[in-house]
Amino acid sequence: MSRNTILTILSILLLFAFLYYASHHFNQYTIIILNNIAITMIFAVSYNLINGIAGQFSLAPNGFAAVGAYTAALLSLTPAQKQAMFIIDPIMPILGSIHLPFLPALIVAGLVTAFFGFILGFPVFRTRGDYLAIVTLGFGIVIDIIANNAITITNGPLGLKGISSYTNVWWSYGWLLFTIFVVMSIINSNYGRAMKAIRDDEDAAVAMGINTFKMKMIAFVVGAFFQGVAGGLLAHLITTISPTLFTFFLTFNLLVIIVMGGLGSITGTAISTIVIVWGSELLRVFDQPMHIFGITTPGIPGLRMIIFALLLIFVMIFAREGIMGKKEFSWDWLFSAIKGGRKNAK
Amino acid sequence: MLTTIIQQLINGISVGSLYALVAIGYTMVYGVLRMINFAHGDILMVGAYLAFFGISAFMLPWWVSFTTAIILTGFAGVLVERLAYRPIRNANRVSLLITAVGVSFFLENLFLVLFGGVPEAFPIAPIFQGVLNFNQIYLPVVSIYTPILALVLLYVLLYILHHTKYGMAMRSIALDIDTTSLMGINVDIVISLVFFIGSSLAAVGGILWSTQYPSINPLMGIMPGLKAFAAAVLGGIGDVAGAAIGGLVLGISEVLIVAFFPSLAGYKDAFAFLLLILVLLFKPTGIMGKELERKRF
Repeated sequence: MSRNTILTILSILLLFAFLYYASHHFNQYTIIILNNIAITMIFAVSYNLINGIAGQFSLAPNGFAAVGAYTAALLSLTPAQKQAMFIIDPIMPILGSIHLPFLPALIVAGLVTAFFGFILGFPVFRTRGDYLAIVTLGFGIVIDIIANNAITITNGPLGLKGISSYTNVWWSYGWLLFTIFVVMSIINSNYGRAMKAIRDDEDAAVAMGINTFKMKMIAFVVGAFFQGVAGGLLAHLITTISPTLFTFFLTFNLLVIIVMGGLGSITGTAISTIVIVWGSELLRVFDQPMHIFGITTPGIPGLRMIIFALLLIFVMIFAREGIMGKKEFSWDWLFSAIKGGRKNAK
Repeated sequence: MLTTIIQQLINGISVGSLYALVAIGYTMVYGVLRMINFAHGDILMVGAYLAFFGISAFMLPWWVSFTTAIILTGFAGVLVERLAYRPIRNANRVSLLITAVGVSFFLENLFLVLFGGVPEAFPIAPIFQGVLNFNQIYLPVVSIYTPILALVLLYVLLYILHHTKYGMAMRSIALDIDTTSLMGINVDIVISLVFFIGSSLAAVGGILWSTQYPSINPLMGIMPGLKAFAAAVLGGIGDVAGAAIGGLVLGISEVLIVAFFPSLAGYKDAFAFLLLILVLLFKPTGIMGKELERKRF
């Protein structure tokens, strides 16, 4: 085993030790944030495969998340629960009788979402650039409207309640590691290099004999799979889902994360996920009454969003390359940085 | 049956011209900056609110209030461009898009915090009041004014674009912004003008929208914004006449679908995007669209 493999395994063990400690000692609120970070990171990493690595400017993740969340929730709810919940219109008979354990439900959710991604791929990859963004944006809106109106499947605006809270740090971080492993494997394979070639110059990539449709489709379907799984994890974390959860705002948050981290850098995505998820929790103080230097400001709900929007515009103006650019963390880089640091110290 | 069709067709044309007015603003900004201005729908909301304040808070006559609102909204658009978009004009597409969405969230939440989320009743100006009746076909006056106004404004805009120096500068920027600035054209002023015109048109759209559906709230711009955007793309984004056609096609087909298949009414808003996806499948650059330069993203 090489030094790097050992170090990677050690750091994963360290992460699990931390999670073990956290799940026994941290309060409920902190644990939900920890879960939230992992789930958002699954979303963001798989999203970055499409946007950052393959260069296809998709705005679909809120649609994918909704498909995954609804599929997983409908599969894991018991038939009795479903019968009781669908009060406007009874649930579709086939869906009403299915009941699966958590893991199969998540995997099916991922597969169903991947299938949606596959179907969507045909119109999407006939277009390029901004047109692609628009078609994928439209997909998210269509899914949102279906979630609101296909009452026999989704229970409409009421959403689904009473979903078992299966998601814990082990599930979410387990899936996160698996996602990062798969995405990194793709990036470091021939497929990944072909995807980067398409991102940097599509016409040249075509001229080199790369099957651009196939490459884009692989990125899209793999990304959709993990976004579906993340949607399922999210549904089982918050236990209540409704169409309002999966509006464009979700996509926008992820877009901010991958741009802030650096389009095309998985390390950057991971860092900026933590910054954004944690940071937006911290911003909650702005919605509550504040005491600054003896002056008390009233709580203004919505102020948080104004500050979020302003911060964002500032970040885009002053730091648009992102935290990591296109670079990735590696042990070699770390050691050379330490050595370089020592040399400089001397 | 015939009366129903005519009635629905007129409703469709009226809604379609609203989409067209807003879509033109989208398309102009896209044409010069190659950016999707997500805040355009919220500019429409700003226009509607300004008109509302003019009438109900400042007690201005409706035409003074509307004119002031349209001009002020134009300046609001210029301000947004100056503060948020100009500093990153040369950045990549994604940063531009995020900034635009940021501006959109900022405007929505600013108005939510300032005025609350409760919808306000929009006062209908005297000239827009009333319904005409021709042989069982009922025409609200506003749905007659809307297409006429849209046509006139479209004509004025096309005239500006094709017969004035500023119009020539706009078209030149759309082709190549760097070369245009080398030719001694003040690109900043021309882009400000584009934002002024686009935002004023959005304000006109907002006022007409609020007259047809007489209530306003801070989130009212989202759906018309998205629809107009779909319309702009449907027509071929960057093409002013295309945006108008796209808006009409979208409005008419939407109204007809709901009229003939009432059970699909809930899916009305999805229809715009399904139509869009369908059209792009066969014509990937929209109805009037030309192949855009490829490598900028």
